[in-house]
Amino acid sequence: MKTLYYLFILCLISGLNACGQSLKQDASNAELKLPSGFTAIKAADGLGEARHIAITSDGDIFVKLSKLKDGKGIYLLQDVNKDGHMDKTSGFGNYTGTGIYIKDGYLYASSDEDVYRYKLGANNKPVDPNHPEKIIAGLISRHEHEAKAFTLDNDGNVYVNIGAYSNSCQERDRSKGSMGIQPCPILDSAAGIWEFKTNIANQSYDDGVHYATGLRNVVGLDWNTQTNSLFVMQHGRDQLHDIFPDLFTEQQSAELPAECMYELHNGSNCGWPYMYYDQIQHKKILAPEYGGDGKKEYTGDAQDPVVAFPGHMAPNDLLFYTGDMFPEKYKNGAFIAFHGSWNRAPEPQKGFFVAFVPFKDGKPSGDWEIFADGFSGKNEIASPGDAEHRPCGLAQGLDGSLYVSDDVKGTIYRIMYTAK
Amino acid sequence: MRKIIVCTCIMAFIAVSAQKQQPAKQSGSELYKQYCLSCHQVNGSGVPRMNPPLIKTSYVTGDKKKLIKWVLQGSVENVPIDGNYYSNNMPAQNYLTDQQIADVLTYIRSSFGNKASAVTAAEVKTVRASIK
Repeated sequence: MKTLYYLFILCLISGLNACGQSLKQDASNAELKLPSGFTAIKAADGLGEARHIAITSDGDIFVKLSKLKDGKGIYLLQDVNKDGHMDKTSGFGNYTGTGIYIKDGYLYASSDEDVYRYKLGANNKPVDPNHPEKIIAGLISRHEHEAKAFTLDNDGNVYVNIGAYSNSCQERDRSKGSMGIQPCPILDSAAGIWEFKTNIANQSYDDGVHYATGLRNVVGLDWNTQTNSLFVMQHGRDQLHDIFPDLFTEQQSAELPAECMYELHNGSNCGWPYMYYDQIQHKKILAPEYGGDGKKEYTGDAQDPVVAFPGHMAPNDLLFYTGDMFPEKYKNGAFIAFHGSWNRAPEPQKGFFVAFVPFKDGKPSGDWEIFADGFSGKNEIASPGDAEHRPCGLAQGLDGSLYVSDDVKGTIYRIMYTAK
Repeated sequence: MRKIIVCTCIMAFIAVSAQKQQPAKQSGSELYKQYCLSCHQVNGSGVPRMNPPLIKTSYVTGDKKKLIKWVLQGSVENVPIDGNYYSNNMPAQNYLTDQQIADVLTYIRSSFGNKASAVTAAEVKTVRASIK
């Protein structure tokens, strides 16, 4: 039995070739554009709104859906014949949502209000898929920014995004000329990250730690094991031109504000809604809802981003790469899944790719670059509905493969480094 | 003769001032571009999961009163639209005139493949009065 186990691990490490059954490659690289030496396959397809994903040590995939498929919100995909293409699917969980994560023998998954966990048994399958333990309950979900994306550290804590139910905390949300509420009442129970325990049932606000504030909405977050700290990608505010047409042109509104990566610690404040980060001026700017004009700097307390990307590209997942498969350059660097913009119209949309930022000693060591592109299937996207696929979730396989989920058609991509 | 010149000048002045005060009437498509496009997109397709489409939906091509009310009041409700949920709030557009709302809705109901009847300013006026 032990020999079988070692053989199995050997199979995984060696890309399954040692088992006689080899990975079925795709000459078109799943229609993706990748750096030299990388290849891709479609590990699965047709799952619909596939949001975040988690990979087991067996190479199986758990997928969280934001729209039920045949009444199920979580799918377990298995590769029985080990050719890299998932050939067995089973669904469970009757709730929609975004977050999913595997840690220390448990599968964690979120609805838009709660976080559940499932004990994993033999072969990493949920022991009782119909009766998960609800560990966090009753989080605010008021229409906008409802996804409860989360991640875990190595000390039994889970960090949950509670997004702002507003664009910029105006008196009338998204209304032209409407000013910001002072102080913004949303910040007491949303627009931040809350920390909870992984092993206590039915926790809510009173049981958690209000870990970080001033974050409009975070869908991509990951625990960096090098720095032992939480990194998040904020979805920046929308509609500077629509709301303040006299202060911002359509072009400025398409580029601004930055989509920011922040490193968080207990007590961090990233400044929403009072400010936004302008990646062209490299400054924290007072939000127009609070008296800003696109130039006045914000003088309050708010930390600087670690990386500032162009506006509206919608970072839906973040992953620090710790695998051994990719070249050294990628080790400990950050992959970001950009879902693709809508709020650059009438300018062309941007995003729809996976970006990479190299890191050294816990800090960016170079400029960001596009790592995987071509998901949209088009050279230019006028409207996000035109994209054939949109990157949404990221996960790392035991062998170091990078998995990317798509929430248009529910394709799961597996990207590998195969150069000898 | 002098009187006539003065009079003509005054009239010309009035005409110019009137022109300045009354901006050129915007067409339905111009109004769409200014007030609707950034969320509902250039082709009316909306944004998956965020902003509902204006194409092939009874919300747009069906009951005009319901549509006018939606524009005047906006929406923060989490209601399914043809089976899908959209999470962004729509601001009330009640600062637009009856004629502007009629023009932009007429444009939307006859664009992007939609083929529904026009909306009149009188219809908008009636709905506006009913929700005050």
